[in-house]
Amino acid sequence: MIQLSWASIRASKSYLIPGIILLLGLIVLAGLPSFGPKYSVIFLSTIFMYIVLTTGWVMFSGPTRQISLATAVFFGIGIYIAAILGKHMPLLVMVLIGGLASSVMALLVGSLTLRLKGVYFTIFTFGLLELIKNAINWYEVTFTGTRGRFVVVVDNNTIYLYMLAITVLTVLTAFLIRRSKYGLALQSIGEQEEAAAHIGINVTLMKVSIFAISAFFMGAAGAVMATRWTYIDPFMAFNMNYSFTPVLMAIFGGVGQLGGVVSGAIIFAYLEQILITKYPFYYMLVFGIVMVVSVLFLPNGLAGVVKNWRARTTGGRYVRT
Amino acid sequence: MFVLEGQGVTKYFGGLAAVSDVDFHVDQGEIVGLIGPNGAGKTTLFGLISAALVPNSGTIRFKGENITGLRPHQICKKGLARTFQSVKVFSDMPVINNVVLGVHFGTSERVKAAQAANEADRLLEFVGLSGRAMVPAKDLTLVNQKLLEVARALATKPEVLLLDEIMAGLNSTEITQAMELVSKIRAQGITIFMIEHVMKAIMSVCDRIMVLDHGKKIAEGTPQEIATSKMVVEVYLGE
Amino acid sequence: MFVTILDVGIAGLLMGGLYALIAMGLSLQYGVARVLNIGHGEFIMLGALATWSLHTVLGINPLLSLVICAPAGFVLGYILHRTMYKRLMVTSASPGIFEGNSMLASFGLLFIIQNLAYLIWGTRYKAYSYLAVPVNLGGALFPANSLVTLGFSLLIGIVFYIFLVRTRMGKAIRAAAQDASTAGLMGVNINVVLALCFGLGVAMAACAGMLISMNYSVFPSMGMEYTVIAIIVVVLGGLGSIPGSFIGGILLGVLGSIVTYFDAGLALVAYYVIFILLLLLKPTGLMGK
Repeated sequence: MIQLSWASIRASKSYLIPGIILLLGLIVLAGLPSFGPKYSVIFLSTIFMYIVLTTGWVMFSGPTRQISLATAVFFGIGIYIAAILGKHMPLLVMVLIGGLASSVMALLVGSLTLRLKGVYFTIFTFGLLELIKNAINWYEVTFTGTRGRFVVVVDNNTIYLYMLAITVLTVLTAFLIRRSKYGLALQSIGEQEEAAAHIGINVTLMKVSIFAISAFFMGAAGAVMATRWTYIDPFMAFNMNYSFTPVLMAIFGGVGQLGGVVSGAIIFAYLEQILITKYPFYYMLVFGIVMVVSVLFLPNGLAGVVKNWRARTTGGRYVRT
Repeated sequence: MFVLEGQGVTKYFGGLAAVSDVDFHVDQGEIVGLIGPNGAGKTTLFGLISAALVPNSGTIRFKGENITGLRPHQICKKGLARTFQSVKVFSDMPVINNVVLGVHFGTSERVKAAQAANEADRLLEFVGLSGRAMVPAKDLTLVNQKLLEVARALATKPEVLLLDEIMAGLNSTEITQAMELVSKIRAQGITIFMIEHVMKAIMSVCDRIMVLDHGKKIAEGTPQEIATSKMVVEVYLGE
Repeated sequence: MFVTILDVGIAGLLMGGLYALIAMGLSLQYGVARVLNIGHGEFIMLGALATWSLHTVLGINPLLSLVICAPAGFVLGYILHRTMYKRLMVTSASPGIFEGNSMLASFGLLFIIQNLAYLIWGTRYKAYSYLAVPVNLGGALFPANSLVTLGFSLLIGIVFYIFLVRTRMGKAIRAAAQDASTAGLMGVNINVVLALCFGLGVAMAACAGMLISMNYSVFPSMGMEYTVIAIIVVVLGGLGSIPGSFIGGILLGVLGSIVTYFDAGLALVAYYVIFILLLLLKPTGLMGK
């Protein structure tokens, strides 16, 4: 995938029309609580959640090529912040703290472990999830007596608007970073880490920073979604599905393109919402099959398929991939 | 004061000394060659200088400052750049972005995007890759990828440039062009320390040559002195 | 006091034997075929549920059902490697990318197998009783099936060790584990060896599943817990070292037993703390390269 250099992108006008469409879409979405059907707000909140988690995951794991399974950790921290602090402070503050707490965790974890190579890093993040889940569970059972906690209640419309805002911020941040010199630097780290370091890129700082930024959004989303569930426990909060699902969504959609990532999230979140109550096992089965098929045959995901199709239908000129 | 020097530089891998108690120095404006049989420790020495590796003992100074213990990106920002024996271009990016990255991050200056692009274009022209700016780096020929690595390294505004076997795999014409490029780079005021196996290139372009064998420095002198040294000839033919 | 130590020690060995068996299978798959099979636990679960079905529906002795389940597991694993992972080997640009991709593919497999199991067997926990008679060892009582488990784990471990060291195929496997491409150049049919190792790994998982079903209740989502333990043990023993996995398994089992003695809820926490510390301080584990 070619990243056009900054100068040439800014000069191009081809972002104008999609930009206007997006803006209109946002206005419609923002107005939904007022005139849309009741359930749509709840439905969309969940989809927004997946978009945030998936985009957040891609922000880090996309360019660096280190598969993180810590998404659920950061999401879960946000959830617990909501459970612990939600009753004592305004929603906005709580959400920000949820995001910040996750960021701090990411900074900590990142600086300790980002030097771990490949598979070690992935299984570390996975082990971290299990450790935190079991540690909190042990703590709650041993010291507070109850395993779960109640979360402050917030009305669905507010939840929806918060999730919308977080989603927009996440996708916007991902978009801006990707097209900046930092995005380019991250890509170079993923391709040739040693060479990147030798041209002046502070690899550790970059990786840890993007890890922390992505964690912020995941934590903020967790803090908001917790208020919808109203009762949470360690196993709900630190559920490995929130680590696995974004990976699937991103791979299916196509890690290289932000549009692909968001599309993947939307498609799967939508499918999940529809199927999960009546046919949970079929849904997960399809999940697994799509995952295998994507990894085996669609290295660039859905976005890659779309791109190839467009290349074929524009007369086979050399297409910038 | 030498622009680059090292004393007693030693590096062990397991029980084996890849570089053993090596002293070296490079004067500002020189082109110094580093030769030796395969496995002599040449690339390891470069790795120690650029901080890709940490020495077990010894010190390395750059412009009088002790740089042992610094990290690669810090050393780059101080003005030392290198290319790699096995080419490490950023394959999935266009050629120009490889260089743009060097411009943005190689120095402590903040550069605007348009300015970076211009600088990158200039460097591509300097090494002879002008027509290829938008080509994905992986689609370049080997020799062009090596030129790209040089352009990328030059983008970081180095005072000293370490070149690791840039002529490997090049044909006769390409070698001559590479030699010209090396002279052009020196003419810009950049000091060059280069590892090479292509003897004719080293002999004609270098002011001074160092010879390593089994991690130790065994000879040093002008090309003339090295070419006529019995010991060096034996080392190359003997193993 | 002595009885307590014996009690904890033997309980640890029993658990450890199982851990060793689970880990050896994964170690084979990762150490040689370089596939980090996150779905390993699902094959264990299949072995367990298949044994349960064979026992409760057809009345087959669990130990005997091994004769069906282990080869079936082997064939399944072999085919999976020759089709799925082989393709990934071809399409992945580098070993690092292959490891990532094969792990993701194993993810997918995890979901496929687990949910197929749900569809076939339902969500209820299942159990059967076999050899649940208590045996007295030095004053402490242990169920016979636990001892059989330990015995089997040791047996399989030893047999496998002999296979690795004494047979031609075993040597080929060890060569491939060290350096696949060179082994290929020396006449080892690398594709067959890799697929074989993967198949053996699945077969071991099936055996472990059978043994687990004798001692505990089984259900479709039981796999993950064992996958995680297998990963911890493999890292503890050293990624790529099969003897390391064996020793690591026993060690972790004994450690778990000791921690459980003081506070049962802390056992899992202890495992993960060890795991994390290992990854940070000595990722190569006890015997890894």
